[in-house]
Amino acid sequence: MYELRGVTKRYKRGKETIDALAGVDLTIGDGDRLVIQGPTGGGKSTLLQMLGGLDRPTEGSVELDGTDMAKLSEAKLTKVRSENIGFVFQSFNLIPTLTAQENVETALVPLRVKAKERRERAAAALESVGLAERLGHLPAELSGGQQQRVAIARALVKQPKVLLADEPTGNLDESMRDEIMDVLEAMWKEHGLTFIMVTHDSSIAKKAPRVATIRKGKITVKENAGA
Amino acid sequence: MFFTYLRRELRRRRKAALVVASGLALGIALVIVVSSVSSGMEKAQGKVLQSLYGLGTDMTVTKAAAPATSTSQGPRFNFDANDSGSDKEQSSDRVMVQGFQTLASSTVAKVDSQKGVADAVGGLSLRVVRINGQFTRGQFQQNPNSGSGQRGRGGAQPSPQGTVKGGGADFDVNNYSVFGTDVTKPALGPLTSSKITSGRTFKTSETNAKVVVADTSYAKEKKLKLGGTVTIKSVKYKIVGLATPDSGDAAANLYIPLQQAQTLSGSKNKVTTIYVKASDSQQISGVKSTIQKNISGTTVTTSADLAKTVSGSLSTASNLASNVGKWLSIAVLVAAFLVAGLLTSSAVSRRVREFGTLKALGWKSSRVTRQVVGEAIVNGLVGGALGIALGLAGAYVVTEISPNLQAQLGSTGGGQGGGPGGFGGGFGGPGRQTASKALDVVLTAPVSVDTIAVAVALAVAGGLIAGAFGGWRASRLRPADALRRVE
Repeated sequence: MYELRGVTKRYKRGKETIDALAGVDLTIGDGDRLVIQGPTGGGKSTLLQMLGGLDRPTEGSVELDGTDMAKLSEAKLTKVRSENIGFVFQSFNLIPTLTAQENVETALVPLRVKAKERRERAAAALESVGLAERLGHLPAELSGGQQQRVAIARALVKQPKVLLADEPTGNLDESMRDEIMDVLEAMWKEHGLTFIMVTHDSSIAKKAPRVATIRKGKITVKENAGA
Repeated sequence: MFFTYLRRELRRRRKAALVVASGLALGIALVIVVSSVSSGMEKAQGKVLQSLYGLGTDMTVTKAAAPATSTSQGPRFNFDANDSGSDKEQSSDRVMVQGFQTLASSTVAKVDSQKGVADAVGGLSLRVVRINGQFTRGQFQQNPNSGSGQRGRGGAQPSPQGTVKGGGADFDVNNYSVFGTDVTKPALGPLTSSKITSGRTFKTSETNAKVVVADTSYAKEKKLKLGGTVTIKSVKYKIVGLATPDSGDAAANLYIPLQQAQTLSGSKNKVTTIYVKASDSQQISGVKSTIQKNISGTTVTTSADLAKTVSGSLSTASNLASNVGKWLSIAVLVAAFLVAGLLTSSAVSRRVREFGTLKALGWKSSRVTRQVVGEAIVNGLVGGALGIALGLAGAYVVTEISPNLQAQLGSTGGGQGGGPGGFGGGFGGPGRQTASKALDVVLTAPVSVDTIAVAVALAVAGGLIAGAFGGWRASRLRPADALRRVE
């Protein structure tokens, strides 16, 4: 469970100070599905980075299961990321020289999983996203949708508690978007993980049970009764 | 995963990897060629010096030549005019101490007793000038008109008038060097640079025997045979051996026991040069100082001093190798290291998103850095392998071409060092010649295991330096910044 209290992130741009997040309070329960929306530069990605332990707040606390990630050492924060948090990025962020299977394996490397088990788990994860036939393909040999499936398999292969997705359908056409959203939704349900997604897409937001909107660093959360 | 990732990355960036490896290869190849050529130069110089000194000699002790005085004279030869009308052949030998003033034989023991001296042996270097030939009397022919009708003033009897026809002198000059060697210590001295190819060398008992070892080429020129005799200043010596120099020219034309040389030249208990072997080859300069300090009036010349006086193409090439070659290698290596570092660093810049993603997945900075350094080291090793191959090929080509270099010795004038028959040699007395000696040596480029080890070390160092550039950048990447920068 996430507990964010008074999270502020301040950047300096020249002489100007910008509050990307200005005292955000937010609670996200285990197994919740939250969509974060808002205008560009509003602080959506910054909030996602705080949740993912990729960045630290200037003020406030970001607790994951009672541990304040803002106060953890770099090594411990890296360990939290490697064990508990899966990421899916807008531009897939696959390693271009590695095959689909090897890309998925990269998520297991920090967990010191043996090579054989790594290969097996990666193959199973790819099979679960419908890419059993594409294990040995390089990212360049896959379509955008397939690449994003590889990225989802990579995020889920370590069986994390949290899945963070930053505009996962932003680089895909409509049919691909629906396909990827179906996969993500299925995974969320199957693995019972906490799923937090940043998106500009209102049609996706409409289907989410909770929608947080960030404007100028301030957050408002709405329950979506229809979802 | 480490090796798979490394292999794929190097394959993907093979052009950049090739540029880095080629730069390092060029630097390493230069280092190998320069050091092997330098080593060949040293070997060549060693050969040259060995021909002067003999094997095992670390330094020589001599007495510096006194400046020529106006009263000193050259060798004089006196021949009779033979009033009797005989055309008998006449010959005269002049035996002179060559090049230097002499030292007392007791100095040898004194030098031998110095700290750091393993052995010392004295030698007397002589030059013999032999003039051999005859006078022929001219025939006087009287003028038929002379002697009649002409009177001298005062009524003196007129002398016969006429001309002298024919007559003259026919003399052959033979100039050769003789070295008086201490037969009790055959392991030291100039004769050690020659191999006895026929007959034998001196026995240690032949301290005053009338025996001679002749240089092969001199023997051939003068038609001297083993078992035959050679006469020096009316003394006949039996030829017991023929010696061929290992390289270059022989130190002397003839070698005789030291006592015989002293007697011939009237230099009893005198030597011209003391050949010294140091106990420790690393302490030669210290031994030199000790001898100079404790035995005044002597000049101590080490092989290093002698090497400085080597001129000619060998010296030029040696200077080129040690100066231009060394600095060129260093410059190319530094440039290669810098280029490798910058290219690795720029490769990290292009992979910011990749490394940011890996960090987001939980890869530690050290693991990312290790990956970058690993790639750079493999690059360095590939460069090293290429460089070693290129360097070996270069050294092979130099050895195959075998350029002939000429070493000019003793051009700085007499009084330095002192091997007989060459370096600093020449006639004593007035108008002393600062005779120089030119030797032809073939240049080779031997590549030692040490050189290869240095090349491998340089390759790894190149990789590490390049890796340090890139690794440092990669380790400083914060995942959020890395991902934000590419959004």
